[in-house]
Amino acid sequence: MIAIIDYGAGNLFSVRNALNYLGLENIITSDKEEIIKAKRLILPGVGAFGDAMDKLNNSGLAETVKAEAVKKPFLGICLGMQLLFEKSCEFGEHEGLGLIKGSVKLMKPEGNLAVPQMGWNSLEYNKECFLLNGIDEGQYVYFVHSYAADCSGDYVYAYADYGGKVPALVGNGGTVYGAQFHPEKSGEAGLEILRRFGEL
Amino acid sequence: MLAKRIIPCLDVRNGKVVKGVNFEGIKEVGDPVAFAEEYNRQGADELVFYDITASAEGRGLILDVVRETAKRVFVPLCVGGGIATIDDFRDTLRAGADKVSVNSQALNNPDLIIEAAKIFGSQCVVVGIDAKRDGIGGYTVYKNGGRVDMKIELGKWVEEIERWGAGEICLNSMDADGTRNGFDKEMLNYVCSKVNIPVIASGGAGRLSDFSEVLEETGASAALAASLFHFGELTVREVKEDLKKSGITVRV
Repeated sequence: MIAIIDYGAGNLFSVRNALNYLGLENIITSDKEEIIKAKRLILPGVGAFGDAMDKLNNSGLAETVKAEAVKKPFLGICLGMQLLFEKSCEFGEHEGLGLIKGSVKLMKPEGNLAVPQMGWNSLEYNKECFLLNGIDEGQYVYFVHSYAADCSGDYVYAYADYGGKVPALVGNGGTVYGAQFHPEKSGEAGLEILRRFGEL
Repeated sequence: MLAKRIIPCLDVRNGKVVKGVNFEGIKEVGDPVAFAEEYNRQGADELVFYDITASAEGRGLILDVVRETAKRVFVPLCVGGGIATIDDFRDTLRAGADKVSVNSQALNNPDLIIEAAKIFGSQCVVVGIDAKRDGIGGYTVYKNGGRVDMKIELGKWVEEIERWGAGEICLNSMDADGTRNGFDKEMLNYVCSKVNIPVIASGGAGRLSDFSEVLEETGASAALAASLFHFGELTVREVKEDLKKSGITVRV
C-alpha cells in the first residue's frame, strides 16, 4: 500500500491515476495511522513552500512524515520534493522537513530563459539510482517549477539542464527520494520511475 | 534544454470529437478518449481538448472526457472552450486537467486571468487568441470563435495578458487557419518579440515541413494541429521524427 499524503496542497488525483494504472495499491490520506501503516509514502504538492509547510505543521503531519520517511520508501514530487530540504527562500525564509541537506531557491537560469521552467527536459545522470535503472539517460520528463534545490551533488541522482544544472531527482542515499519533475505526467519514463518506486 | 512540443488538439462537442474547418461545417467523428490514447501512443507532448459544446446540458460532458483520459494518458492535458469563471477553472483542474485555456472570456473579463493565476498558478493559465491581419499592416484580436473583431491590437493584448499572469499563449492565426499553407510565422514572430511566456503556434499546418519551419524560424515553443492528426494524414511520431532529423530538440 502506498499512502499519498493529503495535506491540502493539490494534484493528488494525477498521482493516484498513475498508480492505479500501474496496478499499485494506494490510498489518499491525511490520517497519521494510515501513514504509519503504509509500506510506501508519496508527498505530492503544488503551490508555495511556506503555505505547504504551514499546512503540514498545523495538521501535525510534519512530525509523522519526518519520522516515517526514513523508515520506508518515500517520494516527494515537485513541491513535495522541495519540502524535503532544510529551508526555502520562497516569499521569505521557511524551514522545510530537513530530510536532505540543502535549500530551495528561485531559479536564475543563464541565457534569459523563462521562469518557471515549464515543459519536457531530459535527465542527465549523476549517480546510480534504483528508480532510474533500465531507463536510458536523456529521457525527457515533465517539469513545472520556478524554484529549485541547491544542494551537494552527493544527493543528486539526475540533473536537468535549464540554463544551468537543476537537481531533477534527489535522495538522501537511504529511503528518501524527491523528483522535481512530475513522474505522473512524464509519459512512459515517468510511469517506469513510479513502477520502480513500487518495487523498492 | 526544453524540448519543442507537438500538441494535437481535439475539438469536442457533447463529449464527441469533431473538427471545424474555418469554424464552419463541423462534423462529428468519434470518441475523444480513444483519440487521446492514440495520440499518446504516437508521442504527443500534451493534449488539448477544445470544448465547442453550445448547450448548457452538454457542458459537463467534457469533464467526463477529461476524467477518463486522465486515468489512461500521463502527459499534460489542457482544456479550453466555455471556461468563464474561477469555478470552471477549479472543476476542470479537479477533473484532471493540468492547464485551462481561456479565449473570449479573457476578453470579456480580464480579471479571470488575474484571479486564476493567483489562485491556481500561472502555469495552468493558457490564453488562446484568434487574431487576423487588419489590412493596414497590423493584427487585431477577435472573440467568439473569430466572429467579433475586438479592435484590440495583438501586441498590446499579449503584453497585457502576460502582465496579468498568463502562463502561456496559444496563438491561432485566422489568416492561416484552414489554409494548410503553413503556420503564420510572421504573426508568431511578432507575438514572440512582445512576450517571454511560451507561445504555441496554431492554425495552418498542412505539410510535414510546416512543423520544422515554424519551430526553427520563430520563437514558438510548441506547434498545435487538429485535422492533420485527426484524419491520420500525419502522425505525431512522423512529425517528431522529422523535427529530430532537422536538429530540433524533441522528446522521441
